[in-house]
Amino acid sequence: MPNEGPGFLPRILTIAKNAFRESVRDRILYNLIVFALLITASAIFLGELTAGQEARVIVNLGLSATLIFGAFISIFSGVSLVWKEIEKKTVYSIFSKPVGRGEFIVGKFFGLSAMLAVNIGVMGIGVTLALLYVGGRGLIGGVWASVLLIFLELTVLTAVAIMFSSFSTPALSALLTFFVFLIGHFSVSLLDLANTMGSSSALGFFTAVYYLLPNLSHFSFITETANGMLPPPQMLGGAALYALVYNVILMTITVAIFSRRNFK
Amino acid sequence: MEYAVEIRNLTKDYEIGFWRKKRVRALDDLSLNVRSGQIFGFLGGNGAGKTTTIKTLMRLQFPTAGSASILGEDISNVKMHGRVGYCPENPYFYDYLTAREVMDYFGQLFGYDRPTREQKTKELLAKVGLNEKDWKKQLRKYSKGMLQRVGLAQSLINDPEIVFLDEPMSGLDPVGRRQIRELIAGLRANGVTVFMSTHILSDIEALCDEVAILRGGKLTAAGDLNELLAASEGAGSFEISVDGVSAEAIREDIEFIAGAQITAKPQGAGIMVLDEADIEAVLAVTRRAGGRLTSIEPVKQSLEDLFVRDIDPADPGIK
Repeated sequence: MPNEGPGFLPRILTIAKNAFRESVRDRILYNLIVFALLITASAIFLGELTAGQEARVIVNLGLSATLIFGAFISIFSGVSLVWKEIEKKTVYSIFSKPVGRGEFIVGKFFGLSAMLAVNIGVMGIGVTLALLYVGGRGLIGGVWASVLLIFLELTVLTAVAIMFSSFSTPALSALLTFFVFLIGHFSVSLLDLANTMGSSSALGFFTAVYYLLPNLSHFSFITETANGMLPPPQMLGGAALYALVYNVILMTITVAIFSRRNFK
Repeated sequence: MEYAVEIRNLTKDYEIGFWRKKRVRALDDLSLNVRSGQIFGFLGGNGAGKTTTIKTLMRLQFPTAGSASILGEDISNVKMHGRVGYCPENPYFYDYLTAREVMDYFGQLFGYDRPTREQKTKELLAKVGLNEKDWKKQLRKYSKGMLQRVGLAQSLINDPEIVFLDEPMSGLDPVGRRQIRELIAGLRANGVTVFMSTHILSDIEALCDEVAILRGGKLTAAGDLNELLAASEGAGSFEISVDGVSAEAIREDIEFIAGAQITAKPQGAGIMVLDEADIEAVLAVTRRAGGRLTSIEPVKQSLEDLFVRDIDPADPGIK
């Protein structure tokens, strides 16, 4: 019997599973080997150099590496995920089926987010093992709270990368997403700087940047974690809500752009 | 439903260039109806607008003007595409997947459960002649012909009521072409409408009930294949071959017959008349000059004649 297809959720799930499988087969998870080597080496050698500060160094280094590795994966996979489908014309077979363009974009986003979750989850395990090795058991709770915040930040970065790639080339999209990553971490400082400058145009510009670009400092808790602090629940809740709202807005923009695209 | 596809004044312009964008018209006011249950051949030279038409019907592109419906539903209706199959020209799939995985993926998009997907995958991959030992190979290791077979198999996974095939014989060897021809004929036998574009005219002649010919984005001919051939220029004429007499000896008398044309042949002459009633007059002239009739044959127009007449090779197509 001809089939009009299931509801939109199973289709999104199917596309997400395939995007995850694509990332795995593209050997993206190989970065974990480099990360494992880095953490093992730091656990063994850095402790000797920092007399009694092993656990703190491991948390700082491990979580920073998790963020940097994750950001690279978000940017480079995010900008190529949709672009590759158009360039390789695989979208032809997808959109001739009862699949909405929005379902495709959201599915791709979830697939890459799932891959990031696995990736940084494994990194979190690596940091935990290193902490157990150096006797820093007390920091493990904070590490996992920070891993969750990093994951939320990376989903925002992924959504930014996918949005840029819906109308731009991968190289330009990667560059723009990288700028968003950098500015997003310093936008509060930029706003403070503009306030001290006293120029109304600078203040206007930096205020616009502050509200337009994601404020990624909402997700930063690495230094505090290394100092043995735990993020308060309202910070975690606020960050989750911020990521959710931001991702919904970015996905809506991306779908609106992508829905108007002609595939030549 | 009388028509499986209805295209009304479909127009598609592309913008080319970066700064000073220029518009080129790929499809110009195309109107066309395709009857249900038949194999419809869509012909045209390179750049004639065939693929643009199919891509627009498959909602991969948006028309600049006009509209179209498939199975009575507007092409913008995403759900309707669940009743449609499509095999693109030079099909591309995820090359990190195997043929089985590609079929399974598309089966999931249609919501089939695992046993149904497995059964359909086996059935269709075998039907398109893909060797079972290749089913578990990643598509990056496939030849063009093998990919074409996967493309055809996936286009049928949802048991479509109509299937759009863009150059379905592309990349296939003669055995493969024969298999796919049989498969397409089998689809029609099962009530599936087939809309196919191809450059291989013998396939159109062997399979299609109706055809449409595009040139430069415009429709130049459409209708029943046999009727088009019968109505085309030269159809209904007869060629009379005679020997024992030179063309020059009878030229003057032959040219008295309206529309008759004579050409010299090694042993005699060839005379073409537009009407069967003129044959007797030609024979009388030939006998008087001492010639002898060797054959009388009706002139048959081939699809190639029709195609070449409508396609100017010097015309790049897009205007």
